[in-house]
Amino acid sequence: MQLDLKEVEELAKTLYIRALKLLPPDIKQGFERLMREETDTTGKAILGTMVANIAVAERTRNLLCQDTGIPIYNVTIGRNVAFDGAGMKEAIRHGCERATKEHPLRSSVVHPITRKNEQTSCGPGVPLINVDFDTRDETVEIEMIPKGSGSENGSFLQMLIPADGVNAVKRFVIDRVIECGGRVCPPTIVGVGIGGTSDLCMHLAKVAATRPLGTTCKDDEGAKIEAQLSQAVNELGIGPQGLGGRSTSFRVHVEVAATHITMNPVAVNIQCHSARRASAVITPGGIAFA
Amino acid sequence: MTHHVLDMPITEARARELKAGDTVTLEKTLFGIRDATLIAMFDRGRTTRLNMKGHAVIHTAPNVRKVDPRPENSSGYEPLCIGTTTSMRMERFTRPLMEREGVRLIIGKGGMGQGTLDAFREIGGAYLAVVGGAAALQTTWIEAIEEVDFDDLNPESLWKFRIKDFGPLLVTMDSHGNSLHAQVNADAAARRAAVLASIGAA
Repeated sequence: MQLDLKEVEELAKTLYIRALKLLPPDIKQGFERLMREETDTTGKAILGTMVANIAVAERTRNLLCQDTGIPIYNVTIGRNVAFDGAGMKEAIRHGCERATKEHPLRSSVVHPITRKNEQTSCGPGVPLINVDFDTRDETVEIEMIPKGSGSENGSFLQMLIPADGVNAVKRFVIDRVIECGGRVCPPTIVGVGIGGTSDLCMHLAKVAATRPLGTTCKDDEGAKIEAQLSQAVNELGIGPQGLGGRSTSFRVHVEVAATHITMNPVAVNIQCHSARRASAVITPGGIAFA
Repeated sequence: MTHHVLDMPITEARARELKAGDTVTLEKTLFGIRDATLIAMFDRGRTTRLNMKGHAVIHTAPNVRKVDPRPENSSGYEPLCIGTTTSMRMERFTRPLMEREGVRLIIGKGGMGQGTLDAFREIGGAYLAVVGGAAALQTTWIEAIEEVDFDDLNPESLWKFRIKDFGPLLVTMDSHGNSLHAQVNADAAARRAAVLASIGAA
C-alpha cells in the first residue's frame, strides 16, 4: 500500500475536529459508572452537567470544551506500507492548520518565549507527531489527541532513588493528586509512568493518561499498582471539579519501562474528564473511523 | 442556601449577600478575561475603554468566528464555543482587578487562593464555580459578543458578552472568609495518611 498524503492531510484535519466534538464511548461509559457510584450531592450534580454537556455538544455539533488543546498525532504504521515520512509529517501539520482556520478553532498554541499566537495551532515542535510501527498488514492508524492544558499543567517528574522503593512512587502519585485538587478538571485519568529515563518516564505517563478506559497495564506489577491507586485516589474526597465527592478519577493508569540500577523515576500526567481522542485506520479498502 | 438572579452590574452590598453554597444565575452582561489580558493590564500598564465596574468576569478564551459587525454581534465576532479555564493561574490579579476596575464577581473553575479570599473580604466580592469542560452547554447561555478590546491578544482579548440565564453557578468563595475549595483541600490532606496506609505506603 502506498500512503496517500492528500488523504493523510484530510484525515489529520477531520480527526482534530472530530476529537473535539465526540467523546469516545469508553469515557461515556466511565461517566455512567461514576454517576452510579457518586454519593455526594454536589458531585452528582456536577457529573450530571458534564453528561448533559456531552449531549449538547452532539446535538449542536459544537466543541465539548473551549480548550482546543495542544494537538498530538500518534501514527502507527504497519507492514508493507510505502510512505514518504517527511511528507507525511508535513501533511499532518497542514491538516492541523486547516482544521484551525477552516472550522474555525481557537488556536491555543503560542511561542513559549514571545507568546505570539500564529493562529494555526502549530509552532516549533507542535503539533506533536509520534510515529511507531506494528505488525498489521497494509494498515496505518492515526490517533489525534487535543490535550487540554488545565490537566497538562498537572504534570510532574521525580527522579526517586532505589532506596525510596515502590512506596515512594505510590506516595508521589497520591500527593500530586492532592496538590492538583480541582485545578485539573476532575474526574480525571491519572497517568503514571514508572521507570525508563526522565523523558521516557514522562512519555509513559502521557501514554497512560490517554489510554482508553477498560484497558490495563500489560506489566503485572504495574497492573497491581494501577488497581491499588485507582481505589486510593477516590478515597481522598476531592470529587468532580474538586468540590467534594468520590469521583476524583475514572481510573489511575500505569505504564512501565525498565530503568537503570541507580534510578527509580516516576512521572504523573493527568487527563481531564473531557478525555478527548479520535482515531481512524487507513487500509487499501479506505478509511475507517474508530 | 439561596438562589440569586443577578442583573449585572451589582453593588458591593449585593455581592456581600452571596454565601458559599448559594447558587447564582447571571443576566445581561459578562466579561471574558484571561492570562494574557491580565498580564497586559497589570504588568504592562495597558488600559481598557470597557467599564467593568460592578461586573462579573469569567476566566475564558473563547472559540469565535470573525463576521461583519451586525447589531447582533457588534464586536465583529460570533461566539462558537465559550467555556472556562483554571482560575488559579490568575490568582495574583484578583486584587488589582477589583481595586482598579471595580470587578465584583469572578467565574471560573478549580477555585482560587487566600489572596483572592482576602480581597473578597476587604473589597466585597465572590467566586462562582462553573463546570469546566462543559463549554457546549455554557455557549447556549451566551447571546452575543458585544465588544472586544485588546484584539491583538486574540483569543485572550477582553470580551464583553451579552448573556441570558447564565447559570446555575455555585458560590464557592464568599466575602465572609468561606472557601469550599479550601475545605475540600484540607479534607483531602487530612485523609492522606489513612489512604496511604490502605495501600501499604504510609
